[in-house]
Amino acid sequence: MSDAAAVVGRPDARVGRQTWRTAWRNTFPFLVVAALWEIVAWLGVFPRQLFPPIEDIAARFVSLTASGILEHHTVDTVLRLLAGFGLAAVFGVAIGVAMGRSRRAEDILLPLISIVAPIPGLAYAPLFLLWFGLGNLPSILLVGFVSAFPVIFNSWTGVKAVKEIWLRSAQAMGADDRRLFRQVILPGALPYILTGLRLGLAQAWRILIAVEMLAAVPWGLGWLIFGARKFLDTDAMMSGIVIIALLGLALEKFVFKKIEDYTVVRWGMVK
Amino acid sequence: MVPIEISGVTLTYDTPSGKVPGVKDISVAIKPSEFVCIVGPSGCGKSTLLNMIAGFLTPAEGEIRIDGKKVDGHGLDRGMVFQDFAQLFPWRTALGNVCFGLEMKGVPKDEREKIAREQLRLVKLEKFCSSYPHHMSGGMQQRVAIARALAYNPSVLLMDEPFAALDALTRDDMQRLLADVWRETRKTVIYVTHNVSEAVYLADRVLVMSPHPGTVKIDLPVTLPRPRDPLSIEFIEHQKILLDHLGHAAGGGAQTQHA
Repeated sequence: MSDAAAVVGRPDARVGRQTWRTAWRNTFPFLVVAALWEIVAWLGVFPRQLFPPIEDIAARFVSLTASGILEHHTVDTVLRLLAGFGLAAVFGVAIGVAMGRSRRAEDILLPLISIVAPIPGLAYAPLFLLWFGLGNLPSILLVGFVSAFPVIFNSWTGVKAVKEIWLRSAQAMGADDRRLFRQVILPGALPYILTGLRLGLAQAWRILIAVEMLAAVPWGLGWLIFGARKFLDTDAMMSGIVIIALLGLALEKFVFKKIEDYTVVRWGMVK
Repeated sequence: MVPIEISGVTLTYDTPSGKVPGVKDISVAIKPSEFVCIVGPSGCGKSTLLNMIAGFLTPAEGEIRIDGKKVDGHGLDRGMVFQDFAQLFPWRTALGNVCFGLEMKGVPKDEREKIAREQLRLVKLEKFCSSYPHHMSGGMQQRVAIARALAYNPSVLLMDEPFAALDALTRDDMQRLLADVWRETRKTVIYVTHNVSEAVYLADRVLVMSPHPGTVKIDLPVTLPRPRDPLSIEFIEHQKILLDHLGHAAGGGAQTQHA
């Protein structure tokens, strides 16, 4: 009994120390940057209004949050992001998989997509604004359009990379086309599809923040940051940027990481 | 009744440098529950023949009948085990993999899991039902593959060098296990290998194939009592006979493939 307790007890302490060390290693670079920021702010290289010290930003962050303004901006941005990225995910996976499965779809779509994909998404923004007016619609559509490309490319590659032997085994066991697709091709292509979705989401963020600055939306983090420049309100700008960073981190850690751990990592398809 | 009847089967491959004969005019009849090994040098068409029986390839001439029914594409009357460990679906547990064929057949969940557990017990993996393939050794994965091919109860088991990528010790274990599984299930087995001692250990009958074009050179029955002792004189005699034939099959070159 006591032996077992000793054996269990010691690694526990070690694990605890390990966690602290990891936490420290992760926060250390932030502390360095924060310290540098403070030094530059207090040296007065820029006027305080243009380069506020962290305590000013924090105070503004708290007051903006307390008044509900920051939340409103955040919710609007997140809704647009989800709508746009949702479109990209659905259509991107569908198109990519179709290209991977059908020679004809590949022949028709690949040249088109290869030409359109490398164009920076923001280049389409004025067109979308002219076609769809101002506000939510052009923003969401542009986000969907631009972030669909990495999803398409990776889904296409993923379907092509599905191992021949899986298909053969499944066919030998009597899988018809529909079940071959659902039970073999989709899970087989999943590591690539998830990579595509992750890249697509990063793309969606970039284009959304930019287009919010142009589309005259009444609320949104991009608009908060852009609008604040008129009042030299750098505290509000920084607050918006912090929220974007936190949201990006949360999506990565609590959505993508979790999905991956539950699927492709658990299956040993991705180390 | 003859469960497998291969009559006058010919297949040529179209390559950029012209037609290459794969197999030519092969006729073989296989009895129920017979364990047939096909051996031969690389390129003799043994895998081609197996793939035609499996329905992955269609013969240009001749036909293959299983239980009187002409082979046309895949069918649940045949189970297939490949050499590649990657044949298992990594996103399914051992149990999920074994269930696959039953799922395609429309067997209800409870029943197929019961059958799958039974099959995994047969290959001595009942403790690993919920393990994913990447947590298993190569030998274990091949055992799951055998259980998976047997689960939907095909009358014929087709095996394409299933143990060739395993280390020698594991391979010996697997051969013993397969012999046990075969004794218990009484399936007809067609087993492709280039390992002569494996063929003598497992087979009721060994077909030696020779290349250019692929034909069955001799058809050698192995009547040694089971379980077989690979160190017995008779076993080694059989190996020697096969190696002699293979030596000729490979074009007179000395065949030095020992297990």
